[in-house]
Amino acid sequence: MEQKSDKTIITVVGKDTVGIIAKVCTYLSEHNINVLDISQTIVSGYFNMMMIVDMNHAKISFLDCQKELEVLGGQIGVSIKCQKEEIFEKMHRI
Amino acid sequence: MINIFEVNETNNMVEHENLDVRTITIGISLLECIDSDLEKLNEKIYRRITTVAKDLERVAGEIESEYGIPIVNKRIAVTPIALVGGAACQSPEEFATIADTMDRAAEAVGANLIGGYSALVSKGMTRADEMLIRSIPIALCRTKRVCSSVNLASTKTGINMDAVRLMGEILLEVAENSKDRDSVDCMKLVVFCNAPDDNPFMAGAFHGVTEADAVINVGVSGPGVVKTALEKVRGESFEVLCETIKKTAFKVTRVGQLVAQEASRRLGIPFGIIDLSLAPTPAVGDSVADILCEIGLEYAGAPGTTAALALLNDQVKKGGVMASSYVGGLSGAFIPVSEDQGMIDAVQAGAITLEKLEAMTCVCSVGLDMIAIPGDTKASAISGMIADEMALGMVNQKTTAARLIPVIGKGVGDTVEFGGLFGYAPIMPVNPYSCDAFINRKGRIPAPIHSFKN
Repeated sequence: MEQKSDKTIITVVGKDTVGIIAKVCTYLSEHNINVLDISQTIVSGYFNMMMIVDMNHAKISFLDCQKELEVLGGQIGVSIKCQKEEIFEKMHRI
Repeated sequence: MINIFEVNETNNMVEHENLDVRTITIGISLLECIDSDLEKLNEKIYRRITTVAKDLERVAGEIESEYGIPIVNKRIAVTPIALVGGAACQSPEEFATIADTMDRAAEAVGANLIGGYSALVSKGMTRADEMLIRSIPIALCRTKRVCSSVNLASTKTGINMDAVRLMGEILLEVAENSKDRDSVDCMKLVVFCNAPDDNPFMAGAFHGVTEADAVINVGVSGPGVVKTALEKVRGESFEVLCETIKKTAFKVTRVGQLVAQEASRRLGIPFGIIDLSLAPTPAVGDSVADILCEIGLEYAGAPGTTAALALLNDQVKKGGVMASSYVGGLSGAFIPVSEDQGMIDAVQAGAITLEKLEAMTCVCSVGLDMIAIPGDTKASAISGMIADEMALGMVNQKTTAARLIPVIGKGVGDTVEFGGLFGYAPIMPVNPYSCDAFINRKGRIPAPIHSFKN
């Protein structure tokens, strides 16, 4: 069995613009959240990014982080969602 | 590791295809509250419900934000009140005070609905059962969140026709009491054959006597997800069609399983079951009838509807069973009329009749659900429709139910608005011929033979 970790999936969807990744990553590093994986595509002109992050040593609670990222997304003009990894793991892995 | 396409698929289901957890329902046993003093009984019931379910709303909210999955309803189901109140209540009016208590307790903990104002009378009625049934019109009229159900029949015992006759009259009384609001209180009353002990869906949820002190049951939903998946396999063979439904049902159910396990862990209450149901809402794209159309029917109700529904129901179960450690409740596709835009369209187009709906209930979950009928329908005709539905359940060894809404003051051609998730319904015509002499016979229909299956 895989050890239960505190992995979180952050998704960023919106109009492509300069510095989206930089701004999100800066926020994460300020709160001691470690990025494990990043993937990114452009789907019909829309920026689409997914990050897997580890919040084990985060200096902020999950719910606060979720709210702050939403606000940050609002400032950049993209939608940022923050969800526990388990929901994806459960749905797509047996 | 999870990839971006899988993440997008899941999030699309939630954002565009109406995937949600329809309900987290806490089942609470009230057997320990039994007391011969009515005041003490009410006090104990209030304390018991508000203690066990005190964190329900908070925990559901946390799960909702952490996983990004909407949890539409938070509900409570309690032990059938006819059993709990029998020692204390000497009249229907006294029984109704328990409904008041349930209503207050549900409101205090933020539960949308509370079920269990129920009696199990599939073979006979005790004095308490009959008093509870007679109190239903009083109780539903003056409470907001209380739901009532009566189990009238089972495969093992047959059909209690005395209770079926009584329920026809009671339903009309409920309709009459709420006639200024289009008889909406009838939505909170359902009758069953083979009622399950662990159903999380209303109006029929109650906490059966075979259950533990408290239990978490979860109902998932996702007709829109199935419909969207099927759009990609138009024209393909039945094999491909069925595989697609199974895989989709698996994914949807996994979400329910996760939510149920988390809710159980955080509330410290054991996980009971996942109900594998496709439960529609009036929202566009959240319709079971639309799935039937996607399978290949012009409207629900067209020739082939029963076969398509049978296929859908079976594949949903096959996919869902593997996704959950325990499955129970009603588990199957719901076909309520008012709560499903595709069904409403089918009624308005004249594509579907009560008789076709009855046939469809043979192969899917529940039964004649959320069907508005003319307010001048006779009590005996309502009892006759209930008896028909009970017979289907009894002979086919399945759960069936009837939730009919005789709308006082309205007739065929009128439409009735229930509001919100309950939608609206065109009033459907009922066969006008009499069954008085049949319904007026006393006693019960014996249990069916369990051999010679023809």
